[in-house]
Amino acid sequence: MNQPGTLTWFARHECRLAWRDWLAMMTAGRRRRLSTVFAALIVFAAGIHGLAYAVVGRFAERGIHPDKAALVIITSSLLLFWSLLMSQAMESVTRAFYARSDLDLILTSPAAARRVFAVRIATMALSIVAMALLLASPFINMLTALGGTRWLGTYAVVAALGFTAAACAVALTVAMFRTIGPRRTRFVAQVVAAVIGAAFVIGLQVAGILSYGTLSRVEILQSDALEALAPDIGSIVYWPARAVLGEYAALVAVLVVGLALFAGAVLVFSSRFGDHAIAAAGVSHGGERRRATSARFRTSTPAWALRHKEWRLLVRDPWLMSQTLMQILYLAPPALLLWRSFGEGDAVLVLVPVLVMAAGQLAGGLAWLATSGEDAPDLVATAPVSARSLLAAKVEAVMGAIAIVFAPFVTGLAFFSAYHAAVAMIGISVAAASASQVQLWFRHQAKRSHFRRRQISSRMATFAEAFSSIMWAAAAALAAAGTWLAVIPAVIALGILAGARWLSPRQSV
Amino acid sequence: MTDPQRVQPPGTLKHWALELRGLIKRFERPAVDGLDLTVRAGEFYALLGPNGAGKTTTLKMVVGLLRPDAGSISVLGIDALADPVAAKRIMAWISDEPMIYDKLTPFEYLEFVAGLWAVDAGIAERRARELLAWLGLEAHAHERCEGFSKGMRQKVALAGALVHDPQLIILDEPLTGLDAASARQVKTVLRERVSAGGAVIMTTHILEVAERMADRIGVIAGGRLIANGTLEELRAQAGKRTTSLEDAFLTLVAGEAAAA
Repeated sequence: MNQPGTLTWFARHECRLAWRDWLAMMTAGRRRRLSTVFAALIVFAAGIHGLAYAVVGRFAERGIHPDKAALVIITSSLLLFWSLLMSQAMESVTRAFYARSDLDLILTSPAAARRVFAVRIATMALSIVAMALLLASPFINMLTALGGTRWLGTYAVVAALGFTAAACAVALTVAMFRTIGPRRTRFVAQVVAAVIGAAFVIGLQVAGILSYGTLSRVEILQSDALEALAPDIGSIVYWPARAVLGEYAALVAVLVVGLALFAGAVLVFSSRFGDHAIAAAGVSHGGERRRATSARFRTSTPAWALRHKEWRLLVRDPWLMSQTLMQILYLAPPALLLWRSFGEGDAVLVLVPVLVMAAGQLAGGLAWLATSGEDAPDLVATAPVSARSLLAAKVEAVMGAIAIVFAPFVTGLAFFSAYHAAVAMIGISVAAASASQVQLWFRHQAKRSHFRRRQISSRMATFAEAFSSIMWAAAAALAAAGTWLAVIPAVIALGILAGARWLSPRQSV
Repeated sequence: MTDPQRVQPPGTLKHWALELRGLIKRFERPAVDGLDLTVRAGEFYALLGPNGAGKTTTLKMVVGLLRPDAGSISVLGIDALADPVAAKRIMAWISDEPMIYDKLTPFEYLEFVAGLWAVDAGIAERRARELLAWLGLEAHAHERCEGFSKGMRQKVALAGALVHDPQLIILDEPLTGLDAASARQVKTVLRERVSAGGAVIMTTHILEVAERMADRIGVIAGGRLIANGTLEELRAQAGKRTTSLEDAFLTLVAGEAAAA
């Protein structure tokens, strides 16, 4: 039934690998945690359904009339969702090209490479679709429960979006291979993936600021100006939105287009996938030559050597630089808001928590690179430096980078309000220190190239880092508003950190 | 390559370069089981054993990468468990998989290592240039390591281990993957360190290397030292005076397995 070398046999193999990859991601490689993970997922799903009720409940109960305004908002939301899926799909395709894993085995086996890669592309697409359905399901479930079964068609729309994103990601990556070559494709594709994920959100915010002076994306989507610019109500652009609203013809069309694009991508690209993988494997990293004659050793302490090494490695790796600094891209709208609203109190109240939140997230990434992403852990561990001094030097490297990035923002704020600048500075320092500490507690040796998959090492670290940053941002916002209520989120943040420390495998640090 | 001005720690001549007593480390099962081992200064010591015998675990405990469950470790008279920083100052560790930074050049890597060991910049730079020249890396000193072959990476790691002039060098399978010329260079460097009074401990599966280079050889199996001494002494312990180290080693390990 499952003859070796057949499509179903390869599909079974790929599904098994994908399932185990997912399990490892959720349990950080510890099978004993499986029941705890499932219990946590159930609780999380319940919470997300509550959130979904708050967001879409009123629409489901009231019903949505498919006028142009509604179609524009739904289409924009679907485009936003699709950009996130596209970003994830490009990351998956790039990984399939460049992560060697079993490619040597596959390409040297007598099995038909076209067949293997067809299954591999399909598995990638299915994982993207599964992720999309998981993310969207709480909202669709609430809409169905409150508004009727016609909303169930949204599942098919989401699946079609996933298939379309996978097809476009494969096509775009292969096009890059052919135009800029395998050496540049890896870096460019990963940067493009990150930018696609961020660009739409940032674009909406920038448009919102320029039009209405607010960071809110909803304002611009509900604006008359956008409605006037949008295509006519009968446009094909609105078919996905019409499908969401329960129009069966549009639903069938969207699904057919999605599947057809995906099938086309598999047919066209699976035969060349192996060639591109071989080309990717043949990429020589070619050591870049540095200036030789003037290079001198500088007298340094171990702490200086460690700090300098961390900064040097970060600056020299454009991909890591782009990944870590991607969060700074999200600071562009607040910076624009500061410039536009100079002298207006409300803008500052929005800016302070955004800065604090961004600092926490950036510090978490940098701390992961400095601790878990150490490329020569044996060398550092066998150096005559105490473990505490090593960690202190690495934390200093992280905080130094944070200071460089956020100093211009705080300085800009100080021109407007010294009090708010002080609140922002304290918030940024505390959020960055908290995120760094979480990464220290949960550090787990990994390659720097696995930066984007760092959450695999611990879901707990990811949640603790994110929620502590959110709480510090909330505390900063309330403090900026001048209320003592700021103490409440600050205490919650401390509670999150205490819980993370208690749950961490390294309570002694 | 050795700095003649190097200050010997007080009491060096009175102490073993390395002294292990009753060393124990358990994972799922005992990996090292009450190991006693001594190595003199100015001695090349080869540690042999089948896969999973406990060689790497032992050496990782010595350099501070693993903490033993019981026992003592003394490096030139310094209690490595009580004062690991002082012990690390005079040791160097090289593993079979050289861990260097792809985005640094060999020159920058050596500057970083010298900084970690707090070596004076002038002395470190002179040593670094000598080492790079001697290991044939001079032409690549200012290229990033990301395109280097395994042999070149191993040489960079070796240069890093020597740039702080350690008195005890510990190597875990250092010749794996090296071509003949590179392997000879590494062996020459190590022999010179021993001639200058340093101690070298090396694990290897290439028995000819141990046979030719080592002053004494230890055989470890099941986490315990089952034989120890010169090649002649090992042959005597194996009961086969005229055979090669390979025969003696296999006899000793087989005897231990049968006894277990």
